[in-house]
Amino acid sequence: MKRFISFVKKEFYHVFRDDKTLLMLFGMPIVLILLFGFAVTNEIKNAQIVVCDYAKDPASQEIINKLSVNKSFHLKKALLNHSQIEEEFKKENIKLAIVFPTNFNEDLLHLNKAQIQIIADASDPNTATTLINRATAIIMDYQKQLTLNSNLPYNINPEIRMLYNPELKGATNFVPGIMALVLLLVCVLMTAVSIVREKENGTMEVLLVSPFNPFLVIISKALPFLILSLINLAIILVLSVTLLDTPIKGSILLLVAESTLLIICALSLGLLISNNTKSQQTAMLLSMMGMMLPTMLFTGFMFPLENMPVPLQVIANIFPSKWYYIIIKSIMIKGLGFSAIWKETLILLGTTALLLILSLKTFKKRLE
Amino acid sequence: MKDVELNNIVKTYNKGEIKAVNDVSFSVDKGELFGLIGADGAGKSSIFRILTTLLLPDSGTASVNGADVIKDYKLIRKNVGYMPGKFSLYQDLSVAENLNFFATVFNTTVSENYDLIKEIYIQLEPFKNRRAGKLSGGMKQKLALCCALIHRPTVLFLDEPTTGVDVVSRKEFWEMLKGLKQQGITILVSTPYMDEATLCERIALIQNGRLMTIDTPDNIVKQFPDSLYAVRADNMSKLQHILRNNQQIKSCFSFGDYHHITFQDDIAYSQNELIQTLQSANLKDIEIKHITPSIEDCFINLMN
Repeated sequence: MKRFISFVKKEFYHVFRDDKTLLMLFGMPIVLILLFGFAVTNEIKNAQIVVCDYAKDPASQEIINKLSVNKSFHLKKALLNHSQIEEEFKKENIKLAIVFPTNFNEDLLHLNKAQIQIIADASDPNTATTLINRATAIIMDYQKQLTLNSNLPYNINPEIRMLYNPELKGATNFVPGIMALVLLLVCVLMTAVSIVREKENGTMEVLLVSPFNPFLVIISKALPFLILSLINLAIILVLSVTLLDTPIKGSILLLVAESTLLIICALSLGLLISNNTKSQQTAMLLSMMGMMLPTMLFTGFMFPLENMPVPLQVIANIFPSKWYYIIIKSIMIKGLGFSAIWKETLILLGTTALLLILSLKTFKKRLE
Repeated sequence: MKDVELNNIVKTYNKGEIKAVNDVSFSVDKGELFGLIGADGAGKSSIFRILTTLLLPDSGTASVNGADVIKDYKLIRKNVGYMPGKFSLYQDLSVAENLNFFATVFNTTVSENYDLIKEIYIQLEPFKNRRAGKLSGGMKQKLALCCALIHRPTVLFLDEPTTGVDVVSRKEFWEMLKGLKQQGITILVSTPYMDEATLCERIALIQNGRLMTIDTPDNIVKQFPDSLYAVRADNMSKLQHILRNNQQIKSCFSFGDYHHITFQDDIAYSQNELIQTLQSANLKDIEIKHITPSIEDCFINLMN
């Protein structure tokens, strides 16, 4: 036991005395959270729009007002002539143009039917669709107000509710993704590199020629990174709750327990990599390339898995990050309990057991 | 009682392509200071790693303390001290931290065996809070030696402990080994430096994975078959050219400031005749003297 403690202490020295490791360990999650929270986001804020109002009547003014106070839109210009619209699209970074015809209000009140033209920049189809949906929603909203005062028959009002994320915040989606990414990357990379470093420096040789049990070497390597990763997890959670207003609706205990499972899974993978590589560079490359890209692609937090070709969807099942992502989303955002995620947990547990056994099996108690 | 024994050890790499150790057998007595002398790539480290249970031999048997290196590897790992060729301590830990760490790994404490490392550690004590990576080469070796000794091993394996260390530190290092030998520790040391060979009690000369000879340094020198002469002149390269092309000269190697030569027939072709030949070739400042061969001369002689 004393040996074990002394070994763990040594590992902590290694981490805290190496600036690069520290930066990697604690800098990465913070940078990623801030990056995805504020810079790289698929949320649409302040999309620039122009209006061309031929009507200039109360109805058109009201709708324009509603549009301009909405956070999604930023009213850039009011044009006098619709021939200017295309020019604006070319010249400025305009996403949407809205044209009100003359007699808009009158048509609406007397013919019970009026038209608005919405022109969108569809070079980015997702943004265009989203913006048109929002603009339509605002116009429908206005229409609803009108119909409240009159008593027209046959009126269908679709009532839409955005479940779990009514404000359509991007953070809600990516925080669990970032958690998966950071925990996997940090754990796999750190363990792999730290063991391979001992091999490169020849200290592994000395450790092997000692009564110290090789399995204890592994466990005492893994424990510090487990602790550090849990600290990392805490940092991510605190940052996302305070800075990004992401809720934690479910049990924090369950969240931590599931995360610990992923960390152990990642540590085993790191061990497996270190058992089969000889240089720190190879280990680093393997863990970076092997973890970063698949996690980004196959977790589902950047690109929806449902849209992928079936073979890729099948491949995604191999990656523990996918299951962890589902688990964390269920706990954090939907507030579900263990009964809802036991299947995913079981898969994660199975993967972990497999990786752990494999890495212990391939651990070499000699040099070859 | 033999502390280390090897019988017909063979070790190959790359699926038999490279023969690192080729049918090597020798034994080391208890309390002996035994040297394995050979150039880089001769197979010294492979032998050390087989004995320290880090590598499995392809064939042959070996034992340390009577324990088989394959079957009883756990027992051997408990009882031997090993210092690999490369400096292999934690560079980012301080001197004291390294020592304490290895003491705990070997289930002991620094104070328990302090008397064994005292003389070495005293020199390190002023730097005890310095990181190991910031020590000089000689200091690093001393620290590594302390760490290898901290559990009072019965056999100590030192793989090229003096490579890359300055001359003064090398001398000190060998003094320490003598001290340790007096404590009854069996020491196996490898080195590429021929001048260090004479400091061992017995040495094995190794080349291309094969042992060329095993004996005391004195006996090896005595077994040198011919009389050896050192020759010098003003133009050394011209001298070498002449010597190499002379039918009467058996061997010629440059050796520092001199060329070391042996004659085919020492009596018939005297030194004077050689001097005359050299003089007629316009060489000046010719000096020729009879010398006792060094281990290196023996090594070169055995190599051919």
